[in-house]
Amino acid sequence: MFRYIGQRLLLTVPTLLGVALLAFFMLRLMPGDVVEVMFMGQGSNVPADIIQQEKARLGLDQPITVQFGRWMAGILQGDFGVSMWTGRPISYEIGIRLELSIEVAILSTMLALLIALPLGTLSALFKDTWIDQTIRVVSIAGLAVPSFWLGMIIILSLLSFFHWNPPLTFTPIYQDWKANLSQLIWPALAVGYRYSAVVTRMMRSTLIEVLQEDYVRTARAKGVPERLVVVRHAMKNAMLPVITVTGLEFAFLVGGLVVTEQVFNLNGIGKLFVDSVARADNTMLQSLVLLVSVFYILVNLAVDLLYGLLDPRIRYR
Amino acid sequence: MKLWTAIAAAATIAAVAAAPALGADTPKRGGTLVFAVSAEPPNYDCHANDSFAFIHPVRPAYSTLLKFDPFGYPKIVGDLAQSWTVSKDGLSYSFKLQKGVKFHDGSTLSSEDIRASYDRIRNPPPGVKSLRKAVYEDIASIETPDANTVVFNLKKKNISMLANFASPWNCIYSAAKIKADPRWPERNIMGTGAFTFGEHVAGSHFTGKRFDQYFEKGKPYLDGYKAVFLSGAPMVNALSSGQVLVEFRGQSPADRDRIVKALGDKAVVQESPWVCSLVVSFNTRKKPFDDVRVRRALNLAIDRWSGSQALGKIALVREVGGLLRPGYDLAASEKELDQSPGFRRDMDHNRAEARKLLAEASQSGMSFTLLNRNVKMPYEPVGVFLIDQWRQIGLNVKHEQLETRLYLAAQQKDSATFDASLDFNCDYNDEPNLQLVKYLSPSRSSLNYTGLGDAKLDELYDKQSGEFDKKKRYALIREFEKQAMDDAFTVPTIWWHRIIVHDKRLKGWKITPSHYLNQDLVNVWLDQ
Repeated sequence: MFRYIGQRLLLTVPTLLGVALLAFFMLRLMPGDVVEVMFMGQGSNVPADIIQQEKARLGLDQPITVQFGRWMAGILQGDFGVSMWTGRPISYEIGIRLELSIEVAILSTMLALLIALPLGTLSALFKDTWIDQTIRVVSIAGLAVPSFWLGMIIILSLLSFFHWNPPLTFTPIYQDWKANLSQLIWPALAVGYRYSAVVTRMMRSTLIEVLQEDYVRTARAKGVPERLVVVRHAMKNAMLPVITVTGLEFAFLVGGLVVTEQVFNLNGIGKLFVDSVARADNTMLQSLVLLVSVFYILVNLAVDLLYGLLDPRIRYR
Repeated sequence: MKLWTAIAAAATIAAVAAAPALGADTPKRGGTLVFAVSAEPPNYDCHANDSFAFIHPVRPAYSTLLKFDPFGYPKIVGDLAQSWTVSKDGLSYSFKLQKGVKFHDGSTLSSEDIRASYDRIRNPPPGVKSLRKAVYEDIASIETPDANTVVFNLKKKNISMLANFASPWNCIYSAAKIKADPRWPERNIMGTGAFTFGEHVAGSHFTGKRFDQYFEKGKPYLDGYKAVFLSGAPMVNALSSGQVLVEFRGQSPADRDRIVKALGDKAVVQESPWVCSLVVSFNTRKKPFDDVRVRRALNLAIDRWSGSQALGKIALVREVGGLLRPGYDLAASEKELDQSPGFRRDMDHNRAEARKLLAEASQSGMSFTLLNRNVKMPYEPVGVFLIDQWRQIGLNVKHEQLETRLYLAAQQKDSATFDASLDFNCDYNDEPNLQLVKYLSPSRSSLNYTGLGDAKLDELYDKQSGEFDKKKRYALIREFEKQAMDDAFTVPTIWWHRIIVHDKRLKGWKITPSHYLNQDLVNVWLDQ
């Protein structure tokens, strides 16, 4: 097991190097740079020498390979560099936003699973009945409605009916759980609904498939109670693709809530992505891409390890 | 919609009627003002910033030598300066400073701090970014005869010097701090302003706390303030719910109406012409924009008067003016504008003339792309309006809206790829020395993206800059304006109109034509 984990972690090195190369060079293909945005975005008559000096200070006048080499050398020493926009360390800028993004991802996942597992199971067990039809309508609606739109509806409803808007700034859950949840529960709901629709559909289709397997028929023939057949034999096996989908969705939520974070004014990784693109803050952007890649890799590894726990036929050597 | 426009108008009237009472109310002490800022500053150095995103959260921590009267723009009043005199030849400005002014660290302000701060602006040490260095080139030397007196000696007369000393960007730093590290203000906030730095959580908010040793006795009234970084719909929602009391840059008419509807009689609307304009710049490096007939035709085709009526209802633009803000005493009068190409009211005649010019240049029915900024207000509606105006003379114009980085990159001198761009001109006051820079030759102005200059314009600019006789200066500016409209490499469209909706609990703040001014929060208080 530990050897397997070690091998998988080693394999992440070339993957991350590839991601770093792609992110770095693709960002440099875009015209414009942070100095122009910072000094010319407000219409000031900034002398050309100041612009050139600032570009030189940020190393933008260096050959692109030199810039890449410096970035890589920094990463090898655990230093992601500084944001070209704020001048603060990238680890600080990401750190203050990561807690919120991870919490929204966890809350959304919890909500999604709470909704999706029972609904997906019911839908499969009562296939083609009115119960199944209703759940399918609810889940297809979840797939069709964008999270950010649902978010806007939630906010406008709160404002119209309760004259209340969620808190504007983040409070960590360990400081004040009420303030924390009153801000984050709404985006978690908006995102969790769509997320639950994906998982419900997956749960339903895999459970229907598993319920037709030989070992399920055998269990029923042996007289195992139906509840146990479903929970112990069918659901356990149906969970494998559900876990894969859940893992991928979770990793996506950490960096991918670009529009939803804007709608709810959440100071998370998605908003940082948008701000960094607008500011042409390439050092920040390339680090964010790398961070999201690391998340995907780690979540995939965790999913693979969970497979082993759920299915005794899968063993890692 | 009409109902809410009427409500907004009523609220505006109420605000205007209430304005004289701003000073009459008895201010109350206490409370924290929560306001929204739709962008965030990259660092804390006044001399290196040029955005409202900096001014709104950071300015309250600093003082300047002079400032614009918070209740009487464009009058200039003292801030750190108690009084001042200008020598008869206009070459020496002597300031007496307020006594006993303290920095937030408890040290006492002296004339040396003023000298060091202005030296940093006009002659920045290596690594320090001074964006407005050129504006202070006329200062020959700064003397500090005693701890409370500072004298600026100029190389030549400069009519805008007093306004320059009132610039909100010229924060006064501690000489000791910037001597130890010239870049210290980039990462630290320590001034003599009414509020000390509280905290800044990147991407979230910025706070300030009352400075009890502030030099104006009894002020500030607020215990502190919290600037929340918010934009777009979340900002309008926060204003509508009363979570934030104000946003100081400006709202669109639609957002104004929505907030007024939500707040009801708690809303106060203040409106003002804005010292910002949208202009069209033509890339004269590319054909057919190198042909002045084409540029003049495109200018003639814009119906600014009708446009201002229509756009004023949906966008934050309203006033029709030339190169200077309408209403400013050196701006062209409406009568003068009526005689200027592009401003004459007979649009049938203007369009016929435009078509004729295009035909002469063999460009009838030409196609081109209007580069625009991917910012809704006011760029998008004005861009759509312009395209419609040019369509009416048979042109086919594509609208290309780009992110700011791409928009700016497309206009850079060494790689300018645009045909025509919807460009902007904005500064902290009406002074022609600031407002006319866009029309100077590219070698003198980084804001001129057109690739074309005119020696006559440069000469007229210098003449008006040194002209202290107001009538003569007015005439020189008219000459400049006429020449610029004839050259037509950059032409004005419609001036911005500033709308601020705030909660009626906010008192002691009056709108000015610039979103960079009146943001020290010294006089602001909460009626609660």
